This record gives sequence, structure tokens and C-alpha cells, in this order.
Amino acid sequence: MSKGILYDATLCIGCKMCEKACAVHNGLPYDDNIAAEEKQSEHKFTVVLTENDKFMRRLCMHCEQPACASVCPVGAFHKTAKGPVVYDVWKCIGCRYCMVACAFAQPKYEWGSLNPRVRKCIMCPDLINAGHQTACAEACPTGATKFGERDALVREATERLRQNPSSYVPHIYGLKEVGGTSILLLSSIPFEQFGYPTEQMVGDVALPEYTGQVMSKMPDFIPLWALILGGIYWLANRRDEVTAAEADEKIRGAR
Amino acid sequence: MRFKLTFWQVLFSVIMGLGAYSAYVRYFHGLGAVSNMSDQFPWGLWIGFDCLCGVMLAAGGFCITGAVYLFNIEHLHSIVRPTILTAFLGYCLFIVGLLFDLGRPWFIWHQLVYMNPHSVMFEVGICVMTYTTVLFFEFLPNVLERYHLRTPLKWVKRFMPVLIVAGILLSTLHQSSLGSLYLIIPSKLHPFWYSPALPFFFFGSAIAVGLAMIIFESTLSAKAFGRNLELPVLATLGSALLVALWVNALLRFQDYFHRGILGLIFKPSYEAYFLWLELTLAFVIPIALLTFKKIRHSPKGLYFAAVSCLLGFVTNRLNVSITGFETWAGHHFVPKWTELMITLSIIALGFFAFSICVKYLPIYGAGLARAQLRQPEVVPSETPELSNVQT
Repeated sequence: MSKGILYDATLCIGCKMCEKACAVHNGLPYDDNIAAEEKQSEHKFTVVLTENDKFMRRLCMHCEQPACASVCPVGAFHKTAKGPVVYDVWKCIGCRYCMVACAFAQPKYEWGSLNPRVRKCIMCPDLINAGHQTACAEACPTGATKFGERDALVREATERLRQNPSSYVPHIYGLKEVGGTSILLLSSIPFEQFGYPTEQMVGDVALPEYTGQVMSKMPDFIPLWALILGGIYWLANRRDEVTAAEADEKIRGAR
Repeated sequence: MRFKLTFWQVLFSVIMGLGAYSAYVRYFHGLGAVSNMSDQFPWGLWIGFDCLCGVMLAAGGFCITGAVYLFNIEHLHSIVRPTILTAFLGYCLFIVGLLFDLGRPWFIWHQLVYMNPHSVMFEVGICVMTYTTVLFFEFLPNVLERYHLRTPLKWVKRFMPVLIVAGILLSTLHQSSLGSLYLIIPSKLHPFWYSPALPFFFFGSAIAVGLAMIIFESTLSAKAFGRNLELPVLATLGSALLVALWVNALLRFQDYFHRGILGLIFKPSYEAYFLWLELTLAFVIPIALLTFKKIRHSPKGLYFAAVSCLLGFVTNRLNVSITGFETWAGHHFVPKWTELMITLSIIALGFFAFSICVKYLPIYGAGLARAQLRQPEVVPSETPELSNVQT
């Protein structure tokens, strides 16, 4: 079954333990300076943002149908059955189309490296496969970041919204956005204040559908267009042959 | 003349020198050091200009083979060779540009091994690779004739119909797909430039720019190599360009109309200024000029219309790839000087390679020879080949 993470911002105390656990598990540096960086980067896969005493995490949303995986020319990204969207660095050629395509701007690049990688949260697939929860969920002291079956988390989020409607924006972010994501968010203030694109902006349609509409027509279009072009060529050429044959007749006739 | 030559040589050397330094920075200090690309702007000038514009500017190749071999517009035959040369060089330079832009260019061959058929980028990659090969074979008769290699020449010519049709098919696919690349980001790209019709716009503009580029290049090379300008040929292209521009303009209008943002276009904003610049250069000026028969038949008028059209569509592609993202990214993108130098070096290299080819290969000779052959009343039968030089 597909796993997911429910992040409830109303339970978050902004301790940034998730940031630290993430860095440790991914072998990234982490100190007070990095903790103070209020943005994601190639060395910071998740960040806890603060806005007037309200908190919000940002991390890869692990879309049900990820744009990054669909656009990658070499298939370096793929969505695993358990939920994580993972990256195969060996395949990557560094075209950075994934970064352009991601509606949440999650893939980050090692701009200073001579053999650069795309970096982002990969939802600790090693831990999940071993039956554990993600490093960030494990580290969270308040349960704001909760790991579990996505279906169960959706039910739980719905229940929380029903029981405490006054504490929340009446919306589970990630339930429908871009066709649904493995990460689900609850908040007391609008998500766009933390840089999340609104549902109106990204829509409910899985992003790969937009290019899929074009790509799926290719197998039909290619032979058809080849036939039409070849046909025109043949017709155009035929006219020349006839003209030439007629010219030949004329010469013979004149003799 | 001698001074002029020296001036261009000096300019070329300076550009290539600074380009070499930039290349050093690129490969020894990384993409971050050489360019202003960032996580907000993962694609900068190299994708915006070298790739998107480069491929568009090389579109003349398939336009002219289509016109001559599919639509039998015979009197355009004399410009087939220089145009194919431009296209071939254009695609080669596009690949050079890609080797700078890719983060791990040494793995470019992965494209052929780890294929992802859902990716538009994959389709573009395969098409460009194949089409560059096709252009190589379309260009090859120049070299074979130069060295009098008759047997291979006969073989290349035998396959020419297949090459011509494949070239047009592949061009249709990847010219439009460059637009499809942006279909996946409706939330990021400004509505002036995001449209479900992007593939049609990219294909349509490729045809207009292909035609304009032939006018531009013929005018320049006539001046540089002291040839006579084929005015009737250029006038035909000018008329075709006028039609292509009207079709493009109508497509754009219909798109804005159906998406209900026609009103937004006239409201001053940062994006609107760039849109006005684009539309003025790409449509208003060249259409206004080419509407007059007198201008369509004057070398200068044609040249200005073509240059305006080129600048307009270059602006369009930079708007799609850069301007359209600035609001989303929250800041402006200005390329770093080293980034710009790589692009300029690639352009300079293109001019240099073109002049070398013209000097040593029968690029224009065949066309002239053909014009003389056409004098007699009785026309010899046309075989589908790139030149009329007897083999």
C-alpha cells in the first residue's frame, strides 16, 4: 500500500528536529547556520518556515503522478509502489527539465559541482522498505509530522478538520492538487503564504496529462504525416516525369 | 576591404578568446560559476537562445526542401544548398550548446539507453539526433562533389527522397515539441506565453523564421561573397513569409481570444512590455513592410522585414523561456557575461564555419551552374536530388 506523510501545522512547534533528522539521514551538513536558512537547497531537503508564529514544512510532495518522472528524458525519477519518488543519479544527464516541470519547485541542483546531482527529499525509501517511518516523522516530538498509510492519513485529516473546523483552513493540501500527493498538509493559515501554489493555480489534473495529451498522439501522427509527405513528394515528382516525357515527345515530333 | 576583413577577424578572435575562458570556467568551476542559473531559473540563456532559438533559426532547411521537393517551387532551387548548410551547422551548434548546458554532458548517450517515451525532452532529443544525421546526408553531396567521389554521391542521391521526407517529418515533430516542453507548467509560465497551443505556435514560428532566415542569410552572403542577389527568389520568400506571419498572428489572436485574456494584453505590465516588443517586431513591422509589393521586391525592404521578424521571434522564445518565469521566480533573470560569451562564441563559430564551407565547397556554384542550364527551352527531367551537377 502507498505510504504518506500528514503534516499538521497546528501541532508544529518549529523545533526543526525534522530538518536535522533529514540532514543526518541523508548525510548532509547541519548546524545553526543551516538551521537558520529559511529556504530549501541542494543541502536542505526540507525546511520549517515561520510566518507570525505559524509554521509550515516544505518538502517534496511525492505526487501520485510526478511531473519530474514524466518529463525526465532518461527516466531518472520514478514513483515507487510504496509512495516515494526516487532519483537514480547514474541515469541523470543534467538537463534540469525536472526542476522546470515541478510545480512545487522541489528538485534543487548542485550548481557548484563539476558532476552535479539533482537533490530533493526522497521520503527515506530505505527506512520505509525496512518497515520504519521516515527520519523526519521519527524525529518529530509532537506528532505534527505523521507517517502512515496515505488512505488512513486522509481519513485522519478529514476527521481533524471535522472536529476542529475553527483551527484549520478547510482544506487538505495534497488530497487533490496535481492529482493528489503522498504528502498531505493541514494549516490554520492559507498555504500560499508559505509559497505553496494554490489549488486554482495547479489544478486537480495530474501534470503529466498536459504533455501526455500530445505524446499519446505521436504513434498515430508519425505514420500518418510520413504517408502524407511521402504522397505529396510522389505526386510532385510524377508531374515532373510527365512533363519530361511530354518534352521528349515534342523533340521527337520536331524531328 | 582589407580593413573590414581585419575588423571581423579581430572581433572573431576576441569573442572566441572570451568564449574559451568561459568554457574553462564552465568545465572547471561548474554551471553555477559560469552562469546566473539558479534553482529558480534552472534554464537560462543557453536553453532560451542556443536551443530554442537555434533550432528555430535552422528551420529554413526543412522549409526550403519542402517548398522545392514537395511543392515543386522550382525556382527556389538555387538556395537549397546554402540553406541546408545553415541548417546543418545550426543543429551541430545546437548540440555544442547542449554540451555546455547539460550538467553531465558525458552521459548524453544515456538518451539512447534509458529511454522514457513519456518525456517530450526524450522525443526532442531523438528527433534532433536523427535530423542532424539526415541534414548531414543532405549536406554530404557538397563534399562528395568537391572530391569527385561519384559512387557514394550516386548512393546519397538515390536515398534523397527518403531523406527529404524524413527531414520534414522529424522537423514537424521536434519544432512543435520544443513548445510542448512547456505544456507541463501551466502554473509557472505567465498566461501571455503559456497556452495549450504552444506546439502549434512553435511549429508556425519555425516556418516563418525559416523563411526569414533564408532572406537574411542570402542577403548577407551576397554581400560577403560578392554574389548577385537572387531577387526573384527572395521576393517569393517574402510573399511566403507574409502569409506565414498572418497565419501565426491569427493563431496567436485566436488563442488569446479563446482564453479570454485579450484585455490583459493592453494593460501595461512588465510582461506586457515584453509582449508588445515581441508582437511589434514579429508581426506589426514585417507585415506592414511586406504588404507593399514595392518592398517585397526591394532587397533592403526584404532584409529589414526579415531581420525584424527574426528579432521578434527570438524575443518570443526568450519570453517563453525566461520572461514568462520571472513573476513565478520572484526575480529577474539576466545572464552572466560568461554565459553570454559562450552563446556569442557559438554564433561566431557558426559564421566562421559557414564562410569556410562556402569557400571550399560548391555551395553556390551548383546553383549558378543550374541557372545556366535552365536557359534552354526544353527542360531536362528533374530527378529528386540536391543539385544538377552531372555525375
